[in-house]
Amino acid sequence: MTPDPTGRAPSYTDFHPRWYRVRVSTYWWLTKWSYMKFVLRELSSIFVAWFVVLTLLQIRCLSQGPEAYARWQEWMRNPFLIAGNVVTLFFVLWHTVTWFNLAPRAMAVRVAGKRVPALLIAAGNYLAWAVVSVILAWIILGG
Amino acid sequence: MAATIQLEVTRYSPERDAAPGVQSFEVPYREDWVVLDALNYIKDKLDGSLTFRWSCRMGICGSCGMMVNGEPKLTCATFLADYAREPVRVEPLKYFPVVRDLVIEMSDFMRKLVRVKPWIIREQEKPLSEGEYLQTPDQLDAYKQFSMCINCMLCYAACPVYGLDPLFSGPAAIALAQRYNLDSRDQGAAERMKLLSQHEGIWGCTFVGECTEVCPKHVDPAGAIQQYKLTAAKEWFKSLLMPWSAK
Amino acid sequence: MARRLVEPFLWSLFSVGGVVAAFLIPVHLFLFALAFPLGWIASPSQEALLALARHPLVRIYLFVLCSLPLFHWAHRFRYTLYDGLQIKHLNEVITAFCYGGAVLGTMVAGYLLWNLR
Repeated sequence: MTPDPTGRAPSYTDFHPRWYRVRVSTYWWLTKWSYMKFVLRELSSIFVAWFVVLTLLQIRCLSQGPEAYARWQEWMRNPFLIAGNVVTLFFVLWHTVTWFNLAPRAMAVRVAGKRVPALLIAAGNYLAWAVVSVILAWIILGG
Repeated sequence: MAATIQLEVTRYSPERDAAPGVQSFEVPYREDWVVLDALNYIKDKLDGSLTFRWSCRMGICGSCGMMVNGEPKLTCATFLADYAREPVRVEPLKYFPVVRDLVIEMSDFMRKLVRVKPWIIREQEKPLSEGEYLQTPDQLDAYKQFSMCINCMLCYAACPVYGLDPLFSGPAAIALAQRYNLDSRDQGAAERMKLLSQHEGIWGCTFVGECTEVCPKHVDPAGAIQQYKLTAAKEWFKSLLMPWSAK
Repeated sequence: MARRLVEPFLWSLFSVGGVVAAFLIPVHLFLFALAFPLGWIASPSQEALLALARHPLVRIYLFVLCSLPLFHWAHRFRYTLYDGLQIKHLNEVITAFCYGGAVLGTMVAGYLLWNLR
């Protein structure tokens, strides 16, 4: 308790409520691990945008001929960039995992009157992701 | 010597204090005691001026919501045994103004709740002579989960958006609106959509998901809000591409 | 006509962008940013990749891959700035930066893919 020397709280009017409002800190997201996880999930969008920038650069170098593309490939081998892209891959996967786990909650899918469990929808998403990834890899590798 | 546990309780008397402080109490530790029992022990035996809300003491009235060690909990459903012998911090529900000690001012929630019109809206009330509304188990199942809300406001204490934006309607209000939208007897979905498809309504929500984590009745308000967003998006496209179907 | 709230549309863009990002980006990133540069898998030649990219369907695919995730980022980042840094009062600046950035990226993608020789 923090009583003031006169024994009265400052500017308190008799019989009038004086509610105490706690100001929410700018660092509210550091106070709980679940909040932190949420912010990391949201920040993954920055790494998604970085991937697009990377891809646009790749397309530009691709269209400029073999020497330009070779220079881009050399740039991609830079250890700092590789390290950065490992982090990028982590966050992109974080986006994928949190997306598949949460998206089913937005859809109340009902089959024959019974609600399809979210786990099943998520599993379906993961399966489709695996299939799509294999097909894309096959196309890119010229299979 | 009987076992005891420390409770660190927020005290705030507006006529005396400029800001809330903490007072420590030593209460008996009993295996079957909940935090509410400890608070009542304090009030009965140690300090009768301790002020807090409670009623049913069995997790159905929604009165006794407080922060226990930083987590929003119903104090009648939170066992001292879960905190071993560590001191237990009891604070008023987060993101609400504190009136006194552990009591918060909840009129903001009450206003927002009323605003979403949480009742059956009919264009024409069915006269008594036509009998009752009939509902199949599947129709009941469509909204039942969202009807379990006991208005305890733990979800508001967990929602950072509510803490940051004073205009945000909040999880329970939106989940209850959705409960009526999905009720086959209700015809007010369009009316509620106009009210809630706003930034202060569903679009303020960023799906943190904490509301669902803390809900003692497993209402899943986060799921309700995301489903509402999907419906709102579908309605938006429908009204854009097929304006003639607008009411 | 009553002023139509654009938020449902922006959220839809965010959602579709999120789906595209979730399904397609990991394999692209893994191959082009790690597997090929580190030599785990042999990279296809520039000629082969260019021939692949020139195909009209692939151009459309690449356009979608580059555009929609940017709108996903725009929407999500906008709300992160609102809630994370509590700078809602800079609303117009944030909105312009985020969606403007996404539109810019989309235009760059469109230009590059249209002019792929």
